[in-house]
Amino acid sequence: MTDMETTAASRQQVDAGRELPAATLAELHEIAARYPDRRSALLPMLHLLQSVQGRVTAEGIETCAAMLDLSAAEVSGVATFYTMYKRRPVGDYHVGVCTNTLCAVMGGDLIFERLKGHLGVGNDETTDDGKVTLEHIECNAACDYAPVMMVNWEFFDNQTPESAAAVVDDLVAGNEVRATRGARVCTWREAERVLAGFPDDRADEGPSAGPASLAGLQLARERGWRAPQPDRGAADGDAVAADQASKGVREESDVAVDASPAGTRHQDKKRSRDAAAGTETSNGSSKEAGT
Amino acid sequence: MTDPLTPVLSDNWDTDRSWTLAAYEQLDGYGALDKALGQTQDDVIELVKSSGLRGRGGAGFPAGMKWGFIPQGDDKPHYLVVNADESEPGTCKDIPLMMASPHTLVEGVIISAYAIRANLAFIYVRGEVLHVVRRLQRAVQEAYLAGHLGKDIHGSGFDLDVIVHAGAGAYICGEETALLDSLEGRRGQPRLRPPFPAVAGLYACPTVINNVETIASVPCILANGADWFSSMGTDKSKGTTLYSLSGHVNRPGQYEAPLGITLRQLLDVAGGVRHGHELKFWTPGGSSTPLLTAEHLDVPLDYEGVGAAGSMLGTKALQIFDETTCVVRAVLRWTEFYKHESCGKCTPCREGTWWLAQTLTRLEQGQGTEADLETLVDLCDNIVGRSFCALADGAAAPITSSIQFFRDEYLEHLRVGDCPFDREASTLFAMAGASA
Ligand SMILES: Cc1cc2nc3c(=O)[nH]c(=O)nc-3n(C[C@H](O)[C@H](O)[C@H](O)COP(=O)(O)O)c2cc1C
Ligand code: SF4
Ligand code: FES
Repeated sequence: MTDMETTAASRQQVDAGRELPAATLAELHEIAARYPDRRSALLPMLHLLQSVQGRVTAEGIETCAAMLDLSAAEVSGVATFYTMYKRRPVGDYHVGVCTNTLCAVMGGDLIFERLKGHLGVGNDETTDDGKVTLEHIECNAACDYAPVMMVNWEFFDNQTPESAAAVVDDLVAGNEVRATRGARVCTWREAERVLAGFPDDRADEGPSAGPASLAGLQLARERGWRAPQPDRGAADGDAVAADQASKGVREESDVAVDASPAGTRHQDKKRSRDAAAGTETSNGSSKEAGT
Repeated sequence: MTDPLTPVLSDNWDTDRSWTLAAYEQLDGYGALDKALGQTQDDVIELVKSSGLRGRGGAGFPAGMKWGFIPQGDDKPHYLVVNADESEPGTCKDIPLMMASPHTLVEGVIISAYAIRANLAFIYVRGEVLHVVRRLQRAVQEAYLAGHLGKDIHGSGFDLDVIVHAGAGAYICGEETALLDSLEGRRGQPRLRPPFPAVAGLYACPTVINNVETIASVPCILANGADWFSSMGTDKSKGTTLYSLSGHVNRPGQYEAPLGITLRQLLDVAGGVRHGHELKFWTPGGSSTPLLTAEHLDVPLDYEGVGAAGSMLGTKALQIFDETTCVVRAVLRWTEFYKHESCGKCTPCREGTWWLAQTLTRLEQGQGTEADLETLVDLCDNIVGRSFCALADGAAAPITSSIQFFRDEYLEHLRVGDCPFDREASTLFAMAGASA
């Protein structure tokens, strides 16, 4: 048998009798193939399983184990180590309130209290309609926007108990909700799919930066402050030539970015459908930008 | 004299659609890559060495020296791993950098991988930042399509693949060896060193691990030269860097300045501590760095200066707390964090953080006794230096420093039999109310 036949045969063996959709099994294999050592795929594979099943299930664990030649106990040991992997079903919207010290002091504790009352759930619990799972979370690297709330891991900056409750109401009502620094909120399962390495088409949504990220830059612009001017000396001579030489190549490839739907490396299902239908791809999302 | 603020890494963050390749290339993006590819790998390492660039992930290890440890001429694959796990409480610089200008990081990755002779690089980004993951994925995709990644980059014969790998929620995975275990699909627990990652890292192969800001600083060094970079900063702490101001300050945010600026200068440009209030305590570099107070406003914020003041520069995460903040509550909350995030591998940390949290909880509620303070100091003594990794040292830092500076406030809790502070008074909404 050739290598490819062996792989196909062993895949069939691994996949036989599994309840997961064939498309999911194929994508799990695809993730494993990205890495020099297949075991590295375990974290993204678990993200993908959550996107399909809404949590990490026993079946999911066994599937990963079979594909990566591990024991179910080994996979389970990994799945329980990381807080983003959930054993209980997560709602459509995972709402995380940062209650690490800085946010807590700035109001995160009060926001969390308010949401618990507002939704009638405790920490790490889901509303009866399956819409919202509430959790207090640790520092999410947005302290300059404290207090911070995350919805499906999108930033909601500078929240108050009132603004947080309003966001949650909109989610429950099914209204479109936009992150303050990020994209339109997708479902938790869709978010997990992106984390598994299958991009959606929302990278171009939202701003470059929020106001706090730009605080220093704006002040520098106002005051005319900047880094010292580089001394562009003789050493630059050949670099300029090299730069011009490669420019031509790059201009061509820019065209490729615009025109090549099939050129996308981690191509998502939805994107290939769009491409097939002749709608826009890479640059197509400019439609969404700034709206 | 250098200007007080020196935006370089953050200089393009306000441009239109700054995250796109088109916007990045408009500002000479990927020009530094050409310069790098026109030199030998060793020359690039030398250049980064002579720039004085030190790691921005907390420890400040010289980047060029780390690269120099990678064995040359061995027949093993080499790997570059970018630490984009940013989870140290207070730290919020890498995430906005990757959100606004992921191509700065990607260009840095290509140059750095070239220098250490790696053909595969990973960006290990914490999972809890969906939009940043998207922007990284898109940037990498654009870079492939434009020929900045893949085979024979810019016709140089150098090949590089980059994988954006999302973590799954574990602070300890920011520790470089735990990160490697996590990237290998295991529980994120630190490894015994030696061997160091430069010798046996990912898949037991030579590996360089650097922080996002470290790698993102590489293109500007290539573009403008080592002398230019080292003309900013202080004697041993060179270059421009992102300081993150958060908490009770009028204009919180990212302030890029030469290393060695003081908190007094930074507060000055950030509009000061919130109106009507005064500075009580602050962290120079995240919660794992001992607290400082108003006494330390003029400490140069470089590795040596903050070290001499009894703390550490860490991640330059300046969390500012005014007099409305209960230091005991603040420290308890951090301690609960360390307890939760302890990976459980070694006993002093696993058990110690649990006892610390128990004792602090009682104190915060105004129960317990003065002897509990000695117990806390004792416990910290037994944890620091006796644990497997630096997480445990970080856990002790806020406790010992707060007892050093605010012993009376702990005792006040015992006298009152409760926390004497009003929680509303410290909030952002109280701030809004006050200025309205
Ligand atoms: C508990 C713990 C958490 C850490 N978290 C991070 C992190 O999130 N990002 C980071 O770059 N370094 C983190 N570090 C430091 C890394 O171990 C390592 O020193 C750093 O990534 C090296 O890169 P640099 O030399 O460019 O700073 C952490 C260290 C410890 C002990
Ligand atoms: S010090 Fe804590 S986090 Fe580090 S290895 Fe020990 S138990 Fe794990
Ligand atoms: S403390 Fe809440 S984002 Fe950092």
